[in-house]
Formats: sequence, structure tokens, C-alpha cells
Amino acid sequence: MKIIVCVSLVPDSTTKVKIDSNGKSIDENGVSFILNPYDEFAVEEALQLKEKNGGETIAVSFGGDKAKDAIKKAFQMGIDKGVLIKTTDSEFDSFTVAKNLAEYIKSQDPDLVILGKQSIDYDGMLLPSMISEMTGLPSTSVVVKMEINEKTITAEREIEGGKEVLMLQMPALIGVQKGINEPRYPNLKSIMAAKSRPVEEINAAYSGNKVRVGEMKMPPSKSSGKVFTNGKDDVSELVKLLREEAKVI
Amino acid sequence: MTKSILAFAEHKEGKFKNSAFEVVSEASKLAKECSAEMVVLAIGEIDQSAADVLSAFGATKLILVSLSELNSKSPVSGIQYSPSATAKVISAVAGKESAETIVLSATALGKELAGRVAVMTDSAVFNDCTELIAASGKISAARPVYAGKSIISISSDSEKILITIRPNVFKPERKEESNVELIKMTPDDLAVTSADFSVAVKEIVVSSEKLDVAEADRIVSGGRGMKGPEHFNLVEDLANAIGAATGASRAVVDAGWRPHSEQVGQTGKTVSPSLYIACGISGAIQHLAGMSSSKCIVAINKDKDAPIFQIANYGIVGDVFEILPALTDEMKKVVSQ
Ligand SMILES: Cc1cc2nc3c(=O)[nH]c(=O)nc-3n(C[C@H](O)[C@H](O)[C@H](O)COP(=O)(O)OP(=O)(O)OC[C@H]3O[C@@H](n4cnc5c(N)ncnc54)[C@H](O)[C@@H]3O)c2cc1C
Ligand SMILES: Nc1ncnc2c1ncn2[C@@H]1O[C@H](COP(=O)(O)O)[C@@H](O)[C@H]1O
Repeated sequence: MKIIVCVSLVPDSTTKVKIDSNGKSIDENGVSFILNPYDEFAVEEALQLKEKNGGETIAVSFGGDKAKDAIKKAFQMGIDKGVLIKTTDSEFDSFTVAKNLAEYIKSQDPDLVILGKQSIDYDGMLLPSMISEMTGLPSTSVVVKMEINEKTITAEREIEGGKEVLMLQMPALIGVQKGINEPRYPNLKSIMAAKSRPVEEINAAYSGNKVRVGEMKMPPSKSSGKVFTNGKDDVSELVKLLREEAKVI
Repeated sequence: MTKSILAFAEHKEGKFKNSAFEVVSEASKLAKECSAEMVVLAIGEIDQSAADVLSAFGATKLILVSLSELNSKSPVSGIQYSPSATAKVISAVAGKESAETIVLSATALGKELAGRVAVMTDSAVFNDCTELIAASGKISAARPVYAGKSIISISSDSEKILITIRPNVFKPERKEESNVELIKMTPDDLAVTSADFSVAVKEIVVSSEKLDVAEADRIVSGGRGMKGPEHFNLVEDLANAIGAATGASRAVVDAGWRPHSEQVGQTGKTVSPSLYIACGISGAIQHLAGMSSSKCIVAINKDKDAPIFQIANYGIVGDVFEILPALTDEMKKVVSQ
């Protein structure tokens, strides 16, 4: 089985956001970057499938040189091969990323493509379905469970108030959600071994964003709230305020 | 043909969801600003009276595609619906109606459809928007990024734009209802074929009849401060008293006290109800990521320095075991008035 995993590098989720002097992205000084948490589930799923069925696993990332770190992390977990689709552009939208990944995927003819359900920086949740349409691979996302039987995948995906069960014919594309597996921790040996592993580089074939970012702002700060300290005795006053001031009950 | 804006309205068993009212209401505002016509699309069996409800939010015309007719095109029988075929229907209707702007809700379904429809119609995507601006015929938007820690404004030079709006953020105002013109379209009108059913949902498993936290307008959430699963009846009692859904922090989901479907936050659900009551939740950044856009946040925590108080509109420093029963009683009194 040939499995491609799409991985991206994102700021650590505990990052304190400061806006860069360009006014439209975050100031990356002092920010530590990690493999997108949902992509860890994607990598783990690929590794488990390979362990069961044999085959090859490839991690691919679109971005600048730095995106290599996402691939290195995938190497540490045990992915066989890494490919960076390199761009020199500093801004790219989901369409551009999807288009470049789709072109690469088409050239490789994989049995399965696995992505995270979303990247935690821009929370797009778009790539699985976009790449599906661009490549013609049937897909579903927010998958918490999947089983493969011959060429048929049965996937369970989370929706509001329940789950949907879908059937897809391989080759297919899956976006994974937390809960599908427990990502492994790389051991020291694999961390060391990953250091010298080469990342294949290809140039991005497509550029041309459809969406433009104007400015980045901090969310409006809430004026400090009213905090009561007499416990139970303040309950009736609180309810009164919720009704008369906030008008939410 | 005049340009139009297409609103995709979700419903449950023929009754439009709140998210549909939000989508229709916002699309109608955009249509007015852009001197365009608004058309609403729904897939399923909708009767005239259900359709007329949408008029209160600006709808005059509803295009209806029957779900059973659509599903009959599927190569596999017995399917519930197909996201790929649904996306094809939306794209084809947009083509027929010269709709350059398409508006969906950023629900589970809307998010799944957005990428597909955007590729099919070659549209720029403004996704999960919390603000829409139309000025001299051009639409721009704002959306939270980095888990709500900052907000970006976005625009596009593309002629075609697909917008998804975050549920519960835009407040539709109800006006008087009148009649909505129903226009039926068949899968053949829209050139849907069996090839459009590359994915199909076989089965929908409803995990409980309870209101889902992602769709709720009021939420009561419990965290590790609730001390154990046996005490969540206190959270549920308050939720029942005010017609709220129950939510949870990751700590209590990981501990197995509450189901994952209730988890609010970065690895759980993003919610933006009008009222969010956090009980015994410290307010870790990953929890805030999922609920900080709630309109009114109430925190109950015994630690006065808990970070949740920094974003709370109202808070009580105290013990949840004392405060929750009293709050439930008081709410019951007020709500029944
Ligand atoms: C990658 C990543 C993703 C994450 N995603 C999420 C997510 O999606 N959602 C999420 O919630 N968390 C998430 N977390 C975890 C998050 O960092 C916190 O650990 C978690 O939110 C803490 O849950 P809590 O507030 O219930 O527990 P605690 O932090 O233990 O807080 C319990 C609170 O209860 C108060 N308390 C105790 N007893 C009482 C009492 N009797 N009366 C009143 N108050 C009392 C305490 O003062 C304390 O503030 C994530 C973490 C990581 C690293
Ligand atoms: N630059 C990128 N390179 C490779 N894969 C990516 C990139 N950005 C996002 N992805 C993949 O697409 C998934 C969903 O991302 P998004 O649609 O941006 O939220 C992520 O979990 C990754 O698997």
C-alpha cells in the first residue's frame, strides 16, 4: 500500500500571539513550531496501516524551507520518505496549497492519502475536500474510525450530535480527527536517525492566491467582567444581571 | 440575467435549522448591498409552510431538490445522502442562477461542502467568518485564526466567492412572514449523474437526543472542578433549567467522565452561544480557543486567579457544589416568569 500523508508546521498552540510589523501575520520571533497536532494522527494512521499491510509511507509538505521540520517530525515517527513542495512566496491560501498538493498526489498514484482534519494556525478545514475534488479521489474528513476491507474503506466521521458512517472505494483520501489513534512518541534512536535523512525537494508548480489577507488584529478585548466573591449569596444578583443587563435569559 | 447570491439552507426533517436562518439573513443583507437577488437552496422534502418561515429572513424564492430523487441517482442504494452529490447540486444551481456568491453555514456539513463547491465553481473561500462587510458591491470578511487569538480581514479579486459563516455568531432578526415561491429542480435539470456519488453516507448514528453543544445557543460546561462524573447532574440540572446543552473541558473528557462529543476547545468543538457558563473550568488557552467568541461568559470557580475570570463577563468565586444548586433554583424561578 502506498500512503501519502500531508503534513504542516504550525506555531505551538500555547504561543502568545503578537502581530508582526507587516500588520498581517504573527511575529514569529521566539515562537516554537510543531507538527500540526492533527497531522500526528494522520502520520500514526499511515504507520499502523503500513505495519499491517506493508508498503510505503511518504510525508509531503508545501511551504518554505522551514516546512522541512514537519517532515523531520514525521521521519522521527517512522515515515519512509519526505517531500517538500517548495515555494518562495510568503503568503498562500488554501487553494494554492491544495492545488500544489493535488498535483503531487496525482503524479504519485497512491492507494491512500491521509491529512489532518484541520491545521491549528488558520483552522481552514478545507484541504481534504478541496484536494478530493482536484484529484478526483473520494474523501471524507473528521474521521474518528476507519476500517479497510479489500478496497473498501468504512469510515466514521463526527457530526453535530452524532456520527456518520461512509463507504469509500480506494484509492481514497481521509482527513483524521483526534480519537482515531494514539500517536507514538519517537524514541531517541529514531530522533537521531531522522536528523540525517534527506528530504526530496520539488518546486511549487502553481501560485496565485484567490484570497488576500488585509490586516491581522487582536480580538476586541472584553471590558473586565463583574466578579462576585460572596459565593451563594451573589446568585440572585447574577441572575438579575443576566436577565436585565446581558439579556441572555 | 441579474446576478444573484445563493444561500444553502440546512434543515432537519423538513424544519429549517437556526443556522439556515443565519445564512439566509446574512445572504439577504449582502444581496441588498450588492444589488443582487437572493435565492435559497434546500435539498430534501420541504413544504410550503416551512418554506414561508424563511421569508421572515428575507427569502422570496426557494429552490428545492428532492433528496429521494437525488439519491435515486446513486449507484449504491440505501444511502442517506452524498456530500459529493450535494456539492454538485449547489454548484449547478449556482451556475443556473448566475450566483457569484454562495453562502453556507460552517456546520459539519457546511465545512465538508465548502472545499468541494469552491473547487467546482472556482471560487475564493472566506471560511468560518464572524463578520461580513459589503461595500460598493464588494464583499470582504473577518475570521478568527490561531484559535481565536487574532482576527484577520480577508478579501478577494475573484469574481466568485464562497462564504461560510460561523454558527451562532450572526443574529438573524425575525420580520413578518409572507409567501416564498417554491421552485422544484430535478437532478436531471442539474446534470447530476451516478459519477457524482463518489462518497455517500450509509448511516447516521445519533449519539443522543440531547442538543449538541456545537448547535446550542446556551451551554453549561463542567471541568475538573466538578470532582467526578457522579456530580455532573449539577451541570445537567442547570442546563435543563435554561434549555442549554452540556459541554466539558478536555480534562474531564480524557478522564472518561464525559463523552468526547461534549468537549469544547481546540481539539473539541468551537462554540459561540449567547450564554456560556463554565463550572470548575480553569480556562486554559486551548479551552478558551473553543468558546471565547461566546457572547456572554459566566465563570464559577473557587480560585479567584483562574484565567477563566479574565474573559468572563460575570463570575462568582466560590464552590460549584454550593453555587450550582442555588443558581439552578434561581434560574428556574426567573425562567418560569
Ligand atoms: C494540544 C492540546 C489541546 C488541548 N485541547 C483542549 C480542548 O479542546 N479543550 C479543553 O478544554 N482543553 C484542551 N486542552 C487541555 C487544557 O490545556 C487544560 O488541561 C484543560 O482545559 C483543563 O481542564 P479543566 O479546566 O477542567 O481542569 P483544571 O485545569 O484542572 O481546572 C479545574 C478548575 O476547577 C476549579 N475548582 C476545583 N474545585 C472546585 C470547586 N469545588 N468549585 C469551583 N471550582 C473548583 C479549580 O480552581 C480549577 O481552576 C488541550 C491541551 C493541549 C496540550
Ligand atoms: N502547507 C501544507 N503542506 C502539506 N499539508 C498541509 C499543509 N497545510 C495543511 N495541510 C494538510 O491539510 C490538513 C487540513 O488543513 P487546513 O485545511 O488548512 O485546515 C492538515 O491537517 C494537513 O494534513
